[in-house]
Amino acid sequence: MTDLQSTTSQTPDAVVMRNVVKRFPGVVANDGVNFTVRAGEIHALLGENGAGKSTLMNLLFGLYNPDEGEILINGDPVHFHNTRQAVDAGLGMVHQHFMLIPTFTVAENVILGNEGPDAVLDREAASKRVGELASEFGLNLDPHATVGDLPVGAQQRVEILRALYQGSRILILDEPTALLTPQEIDDLHAILRRLKDDGGTIIFITHKLREVANFSDRVTVIRRGKTIGARITSETTSPELAELMVGRSVLLRVDRPVATPGEVILEGSSLVCTGNRRAETLNVASIELRRGEILGVCGIEGNGQSELIEILAGLRAPDSGTLTIKGKNVIGENATGFRRAGVSYIPEDRHGRGLVLDFPLWENTLLGNTERNGFTRGGWIRSGWIRKLTTSLMSKFDVRAPSANTSARSLSGGNQQKLIIARELQRHPDIVLAIQPTRGLDVGAIEFVHRGLVETRDQDKAVLLLSFDLDEVMDLSDRIVVLSEGRIVGEFAGSNADRAQLGLLMGGRATATTQATG
Amino acid sequence: MTIRPGSAIVNAAGSVVAVLVALLLGAVVIMVSGHDPWDAYRSLAEGALGSRRGRAESLVYAAPLILGGLAFAIAARAGMFNIGIEGQLVIGGFVAALVGATDWNLPTAVHLPLAVLAAAIAGGIWGFIPGAMKAATGAHEVITTIMLNYLAFRLITYSIQKREDWLPVDPAVQGTERVLDTARLPVILDLTRLHAGVVIALVAAVVIWFVLFHTTFGYKVRTVGLSHGAARYGGIRWGLTIAISMTLAGAIAGLAGAGESLGLHGRHSATPPGLGFTAIAVGLVGRNHPIGVIFSGLLFGILSAGAPTMQANAGVSKEIVLVLQGLVILAVAAFEAMNRLPAFRKVALPPPPSRGNPGRDLSEPGELISRRTPPVG
Repeated sequence: MTDLQSTTSQTPDAVVMRNVVKRFPGVVANDGVNFTVRAGEIHALLGENGAGKSTLMNLLFGLYNPDEGEILINGDPVHFHNTRQAVDAGLGMVHQHFMLIPTFTVAENVILGNEGPDAVLDREAASKRVGELASEFGLNLDPHATVGDLPVGAQQRVEILRALYQGSRILILDEPTALLTPQEIDDLHAILRRLKDDGGTIIFITHKLREVANFSDRVTVIRRGKTIGARITSETTSPELAELMVGRSVLLRVDRPVATPGEVILEGSSLVCTGNRRAETLNVASIELRRGEILGVCGIEGNGQSELIEILAGLRAPDSGTLTIKGKNVIGENATGFRRAGVSYIPEDRHGRGLVLDFPLWENTLLGNTERNGFTRGGWIRSGWIRKLTTSLMSKFDVRAPSANTSARSLSGGNQQKLIIARELQRHPDIVLAIQPTRGLDVGAIEFVHRGLVETRDQDKAVLLLSFDLDEVMDLSDRIVVLSEGRIVGEFAGSNADRAQLGLLMGGRATATTQATG
Repeated sequence: MTIRPGSAIVNAAGSVVAVLVALLLGAVVIMVSGHDPWDAYRSLAEGALGSRRGRAESLVYAAPLILGGLAFAIAARAGMFNIGIEGQLVIGGFVAALVGATDWNLPTAVHLPLAVLAAAIAGGIWGFIPGAMKAATGAHEVITTIMLNYLAFRLITYSIQKREDWLPVDPAVQGTERVLDTARLPVILDLTRLHAGVVIALVAAVVIWFVLFHTTFGYKVRTVGLSHGAARYGGIRWGLTIAISMTLAGAIAGLAGAGESLGLHGRHSATPPGLGFTAIAVGLVGRNHPIGVIFSGLLFGILSAGAPTMQANAGVSKEIVLVLQGLVILAVAAFEAMNRLPAFRKVALPPPPSRGNPGRDLSEPGELISRRTPPVG
């Protein structure tokens, strides 16, 4: 615990939280947490989902009041009753979900709440000030741009800029990389370094070990509402942090035997369709899936991924092109028809698509299975049988919930995802479309999901893995294709893939030379 | 079993508390109007429940409200806001009365079911139209059902004025001719107005409960109502499901109209009864659960049946019952808002998942704490 003690230097620690306790009905979110951040450092707060990280930071930022314990900012005890007081004390917070008004400009969003005393708002002067501040910190933002038109990375910079505009010297970022592309993550990294060089203190919440290693000077690990330890980042290792975080040793990279791809089971060619957003057109010359392999699809969000997946899952009909599964044409079938043809689909949108949150777990097991024998008979739901099946799936797939009657809404993200995976694999599919299967999951759950995908592959099934996490695609895929602007711009054997080259192809910055496969 | 927000038991408790709060606020209103609320409520209860006749009257009022509440609930479960119950109800009642007043020399065993069936079909058509329009073009049901209400009113008035020979209508009473005895719903309690419509209502509620919660079709309806995305993902045809749900809702509302014309009044008159709008409140207070609708329909029936006695004995204007009904709706809406409004939850919990980042889980304070539960700060 020595490195939790205050240093003997002149400057007091930027943040000290001592024995902080926060209880919610039925759960102690923070159970005597000690947390110290030194002035001028980048500090990672690491823990699984539900460990109490966000609660702790919300306590620090005045969103909640602690039940017990004390908080010191720059050596002074503080008792914030609202965020305004926290801001006045020099704190700033960038939430996971941006608190921006999409129809306002960058400058209008930044000055929101700090418009000044004048009745008439001088937009030009405000824009100028905001622009100057942005360039001072290298934030690369046009103060006149409308926030809703900006990419996610830029919106995050608006949030950071707002905190800086309010005079924050201690910046809290809640899962800052969750929505960013690899390039945007690099940009964020540079910005944080710059803020640190300028004397700022940065705390970021994360559950990703790679970010701890890349971003932070020190790291504090919390688990189940308790501080497990603090480390200097350069003196620790990812396996050690993972063990602290989860409480057991974790396989960070699932072992997988070499793939033995079999016959082509899904074959699409000349698939063309008009996209949802930005009038993009999907135009995939050819895509094939083989038994016994994991095909990774990588690319930046909004480059035709959702259109491609919706076509492969039967949720959308292509404007033209052919698609066969096991040699049979499936164009014109709906999701039910694709399921019958052997496709299981683990969707990217757990809450909006994969689950009905207000249904109990057993009714979620029924989703997509209403036409199957066993689940229903002659139009009647066999609820007893489905409940029993759900209970057995819950134990097999480690879905932690009191019972099959629990509502899906009350489960953690990891358990929700495991339930979806259980349902989709229970169907004994030939093809599994796994879209962002580990998004928002903690290390333990990620290991479980990854192992499940590899096992599925080894049962001679075809797996398509689409993820915006390049590392995940590279770790798991036997073959990788890159999607950019609706086209497949490159194909690699999994072992040959080069991170930098993939990144360039994803960004559309490299020529679309086809890479050698195999 | 964990008690979780949104579960039947919490909803039921919420509605009961809401009703009590409404009665309390109503007492204040009565007091302000210069009367004794205790006296008023006692005579209201006495009028509605204190005598055989009063109890029968309560059920007479409750029957169409239960059916109308079911018509609202079915549509609501499919994600539709059915304001068209009034239109579906009157068109059903009108058609039932036409069939019932036409002399084909049919025995009761044929004539009565035929008239009831005609009402269900007419109401069903009135429900199908907005359902199909929404499925086909996305036309919002709030607009289309309101327009269809007026269409029903005017169509009935027109038919009565037009006085075609083959239509058994009577412009003198602004209604249809009297329903023949062979098509009357029988009185089930001697010397009262209580007719078999209440039996239809109770049976319908149980059937709808069964359909919603134990059949594949009901599962599809509820999935469509709760999550468009999940329905699409599950291969459920959204358009077909809402069109059928609205047809079913319209048919049930049509039955309510049949009860009124074949049971209570013995004819259909052109003045819209307004039951279809009270039925919306019945559905809401019953939390769109068929069994809950039975109880809220009974409550509204009791309020209506007891109002005259309250006016006579306590001197409180019977219109105060409308105030009470309004207060019940407000109280239920307020409870619902406390459960749902993000502003209320945001005070103590992290924000709910947004569209931009749907996959993430934010329930930091613990796995089993629902986001709907605002922790006491």
